Amino acid sequence: MSAHDDTQHAHDDGHGHDDLGIHATFGGYMTGFVLAVILTVIPFWLVMGHVIEKSSTAAVVILALAAVQIVVHMIYFLHMNAKSEGGWNMLALVFTIVLVVITLSGSIWIMYHLNSNMMPSMMDPANLP
Amino acid sequence: MSEISTTYPASAGPTQPLVFHETTESHTPNGTLLGFWIYLMSDCLIFACLFAVYGVLGREYAGGPTGAEVLELPAVAVNTALLLLSSITYGFAVLEMQRDRQSPMMLWLTITGLLGACFITLELREFAHLVSIGAGPQRSAFLSSFFTLVGTHGLHVTCGIIWLIVLMSQVAKKGLIPANKRRLMCLSMFWHFLDVVWVGVFSFVYLMGVLP
Repeated sequence: MSAHDDTQHAHDDGHGHDDLGIHATFGGYMTGFVLAVILTVIPFWLVMGHVIEKSSTAAVVILALAAVQIVVHMIYFLHMNAKSEGGWNMLALVFTIVLVVITLSGSIWIMYHLNSNMMPSMMDPANLP
Repeated sequence: MSEISTTYPASAGPTQPLVFHETTESHTPNGTLLGFWIYLMSDCLIFACLFAVYGVLGREYAGGPTGAEVLELPAVAVNTALLLLSSITYGFAVLEMQRDRQSPMMLWLTITGLLGACFITLELREFAHLVSIGAGPQRSAFLSSFFTLVGTHGLHVTCGIIWLIVLMSQVAKKGLIPANKRRLMCLSMFWHFLDVVWVGVFSFVYLMGVLP
């Protein structure tokens, strides 16, 4: 099969004359692509086919599949691993994920509570302290 | 530490001359890629803020249209397919680059650029349609945050396409020299990163937006 040949070539040439440190392979890209297609089709099917009745359950499933797909993209397309750039890539990524989680969950959490404490009934002068 | 002497002791003879800088490179050979990765991570924070804004405002319709009413999933599915295909075609271009085959690489890059251009065209048509039915960014907080988030991603893809065209002309002029290979790897990371962001966009904005 040509897939195997491509893999071999990419390896041979990759080591020779570029020091980019990334050795992409045909097999790696195809694995990532197939996984990404599967992980994309499932959530679209879930929503467009109205498979899950409960919105909150569907939302959790969609977010979980998105998280898995992002990891797939990171590994197979962005060539992330613990060793690239001597670990600095991974360190920067982990730091960013921490900030992203704080930003997202913090904003949504705080704003949700602000919203529920700012119901119209609270704005009534009679209810004010 | 003693003071730096500018004179040689007589006995030192023809030793090495004094140098006041590092003679060996202290950075890793592919430091550019690490630096570009740091840039991508900071870009990631921009998108995180925009996602947070959408997460907070995404259900504030202000009496205007809801997500289920205005978001068209079939068009989004086509867009997703286009972007995913452009990711894999860029991957094929990188494989050809590793084998130093310039013309197949240019072909794959052209296909990647065309897929990206189709993506932008579809997205602009969606935006034009939304504005034409009175669901522009000024209609409600939901639509403001929607246009900001999706528009920022589209702007990134547009920049990626311009970068791709510039890079293709550089390769056509100078060939696959190491500098061009380095640039191609940076654009590769940028392009795949945009696909990662799009995964968040279609899941969080479109699919969750149409849920009742």
